Amino acid sequence: MEFWNPNIERLPEEELKQLQERKLRRLVENAFEYSSFYKERFGSAGISPHDIRSLEDLQKLPFTYKTDLRDTYPTGMFSVPQSQIVRFHVSSGTTGVPTVVGYTVNDIDVWSTCLARSLTACRLGRGDVVQVAYGYGLFTGGLGLHYGVEKIGATVLPIGAGSTSRQVSLMKDLGTTAMACTPSYLLHIGEVAESMKVDIASQTKLRVGILGAEPWSLESRKRIEQNLGIRAYDIYGTSEMSGPLFTECSAQNGIHAWADHFLLEIIDDHGRPVKQGKKGELVVTTLSKEALPLIRYRMGDITSLVWEECECGRTHPKIMRVQGRVDDMIVIRGINVFPSQIESVLMQIPEVGDHFQIVVDRVGPLDVMTVKVEVTESALSDRIGALMQLEERIAKQLREVLMVNAKVELVERGTLPRSSGKSQKVIDLREV
Amino acid sequence: MVQNKILKQITLFAENKPGRLTSATKILSENGINIRAFTIADTGEFGIIRFVVDDADAALRHLQRGGFTVSETKVLGLEMSDKPGALFEISSALSDNGINVDYAYAYTSAAPGKAILILQASDLITAAKLLTERGFQLVESSP
Repeated sequence: MEFWNPNIERLPEEELKQLQERKLRRLVENAFEYSSFYKERFGSAGISPHDIRSLEDLQKLPFTYKTDLRDTYPTGMFSVPQSQIVRFHVSSGTTGVPTVVGYTVNDIDVWSTCLARSLTACRLGRGDVVQVAYGYGLFTGGLGLHYGVEKIGATVLPIGAGSTSRQVSLMKDLGTTAMACTPSYLLHIGEVAESMKVDIASQTKLRVGILGAEPWSLESRKRIEQNLGIRAYDIYGTSEMSGPLFTECSAQNGIHAWADHFLLEIIDDHGRPVKQGKKGELVVTTLSKEALPLIRYRMGDITSLVWEECECGRTHPKIMRVQGRVDDMIVIRGINVFPSQIESVLMQIPEVGDHFQIVVDRVGPLDVMTVKVEVTESALSDRIGALMQLEERIAKQLREVLMVNAKVELVERGTLPRSSGKSQKVIDLREV
Repeated sequence: MVQNKILKQITLFAENKPGRLTSATKILSENGINIRAFTIADTGEFGIIRFVVDDADAALRHLQRGGFTVSETKVLGLEMSDKPGALFEISSALSDNGINVDYAYAYTSAAPGKAILILQASDLITAAKLLTERGFQLVESSP
């Protein structure tokens, strides 16, 4: 099947915008009426629901932030009574207080429908076996994908994250055709398969990866696709939005963001909209969510948006590759560096393994960035000079892209941390 | 054939931290592999340990299984007399022919009065030919 719902997925841009406008008006009216949080927020900005008539009026509305969710912990931003809530998810809270999201029956349905469209765009459907190796439980990845896979009538293998050798054997035994997990975990599964003498490309039916929950570069994608003999699709969505929602299509050029349910903007550092295609921070307004509607919510992800018909025939706007998060950005001697930039340099160097780590420290008054990479067996030379040259060559290529010096350290294979979830790539030892 | 007389050396990558040499040699010892000679080259942060052992294939396999980054490289093993001028003779034969010695290390042979020189050069095959022509014995496996 080419489309899950061709009528809506191919609706002309004009009609989608009219639909968004209608739903935005209703969203703002409802928020004003049912949410004490939004009523107060709009009130202090001097805005009444009548001020929001068109999509252009959206900019009059104040932004909302993750801190709002934390400040109103646990459910202060909910717009429905608890009796309407059928599920909670809770974010890990590694960066602070956890945040709670709630779902009505309809919220779960919209979430699964979005994923059904997305998974269909990744050429998955009845007959496929999708191994969901995202974490189940409070994290939205596992259960989200699970419902999406069931909706399209494919078979779900709800293995969750971890027990990597079991991932490999079940993949082989049950004929898994698609893996849903973080890109770094799939690379690790690849390593473990190799040590188990299982060649994923020739000895399994794996043909698709639904990979996300952490930023990854095009070069990483190339490596994954070549090593495992699959097509790797980027997936996007955060717990505040519901969970994983949108993926690329077979054109692999942008993530289709379903505009009938989500209204997206890209803004610059000053909160002003940028021109189409320009990079900035993603801002989301949810048009269908009932339990926890978000209005102009600052996602913190740096990306760009393109609204044009895709070669696959879908007409919804596309989120281009997510470059990183605002809070992932490392400032080295005043220069902004994203881990994804470092990854894209490293993955082009065949002598370098799939895992890396960035350590930032302050030596005297200076920031010093060290990039640790694992040396591959094929790169290992008995001449130590060759390895020192390799370090220099990597450092030079990093400097050309980052415009800042990085010290490169070769480490033994298998020594950098592997993760079954989001990988921790940056260690910042500087005292703030 | 000189090609057959080229020795296998195990090269192992190790970060400069305590215990790495211990765990590598433990693996060799547990598998009954005898180290004939070894040398360490290091940069301060990492080093490479080069081994000549009695069973290179087994050493490679076991070290790989133990999680080490290892590779097999080819070197020359030259039997030389334990007397003045022996090394001079070898190095001048190579330099006269424009062959650069990358590194070398030695161990005493089981044969009395003999030493074995392990040698890496820019052109191993030519070096092997030259030295055999001059009457040097190339060691096939480590005796």
